[in-house]
Amino acid sequence: MEKLIIAGKEFNSRLFLGTGKFNSNELMEQAILASETEMVTVAMKRIELGDKEDDMLKHIQHPNIQLLPNTSGVRDAEEAVFAAQMAREAFGTNWLKLEIHPDPRYLLPDSVETLKATEKLVKMGFVVLPYCQADPTLCRQLEEAGAATVMPLAAPIGTNKGLQTKDFIRIIIEQANVPVVVDAGIGAPSHAAEAMEMGASACLVNTAIAVAGNPVEMAKAFKEAVIAGRRAYEAGLGSVGHTFEASASSPLTAFLNK
Amino acid sequence: MKIYVNNKETDVSENMKVNELAQQLQLPDKGIALAVNNQMIPRTEWSNTTLKAESHVIIIKAACGG
Repeated sequence: MEKLIIAGKEFNSRLFLGTGKFNSNELMEQAILASETEMVTVAMKRIELGDKEDDMLKHIQHPNIQLLPNTSGVRDAEEAVFAAQMAREAFGTNWLKLEIHPDPRYLLPDSVETLKATEKLVKMGFVVLPYCQADPTLCRQLEEAGAATVMPLAAPIGTNKGLQTKDFIRIIIEQANVPVVVDAGIGAPSHAAEAMEMGASACLVNTAIAVAGNPVEMAKAFKEAVIAGRRAYEAGLGSVGHTFEASASSPLTAFLNK
Repeated sequence: MKIYVNNKETDVSENMKVNELAQQLQLPDKGIALAVNNQMIPRTEWSNTTLKAESHVIIIKAACGG
């Protein structure tokens, strides 16, 4: 299969994992390793003085894993730039999942602020992977602004509703010259496989794995689904019939002489 | 003098440098970032940065998130 390349860096896996909502850091680490992902998101929080709790970072820092700090919690471009600088300092990477969603009810990204922040952050040397609306026009603008990928949502974060924006993602994939990563809302391996069959470059999955009955097994299921979907895309899917009439795949000539 | 660390009132000595604050707070030597009055201060600049009374210091670390 073709390798995924983002900002000049090669990835063997087309599945990216989020680290939220796991029951423990140990379980999260096992799921990450089982998924064979090479890109893992990390958020930021204010340190609690005197709190000696384990650092989650050590559970996600592996030689083959690119950390992807996110800007979750920021409300506009200015806050996003500040968060990006903090992330680069704390985690030693200029890669960034830009996410600006000021509305806590639906967590939908603010397109205007996301575009503004992308323009600024690219000039500051960040590799920007913006979480965005499944808006083909916006995705073009983000690409023109220098985004390393576009990451349109399938459905609102954490809903597990699957490819609600399928038709728009199809247009985005057709137009994009940067990798298209389907982010948010993917709830089942079949959703991920479908996105990959459509030609998405990768899928970012968090909730569907973290809250599964067995997150480690679900991580494997997503790994296999993403591989299957990509393989199918590269193999070239047969066309879908436009009528309800069948098209025989076996010879219909009688061989029983009746 | 009084400063605020992650919004918590904290007493520090006059003209304290950021690296001295980091020592006082026993901050880890990696995996964190620090800002003074919403300006990120790289670790290499901590010893050149003097805190003033009422300074607002933000210190962040990694958290789980998607």
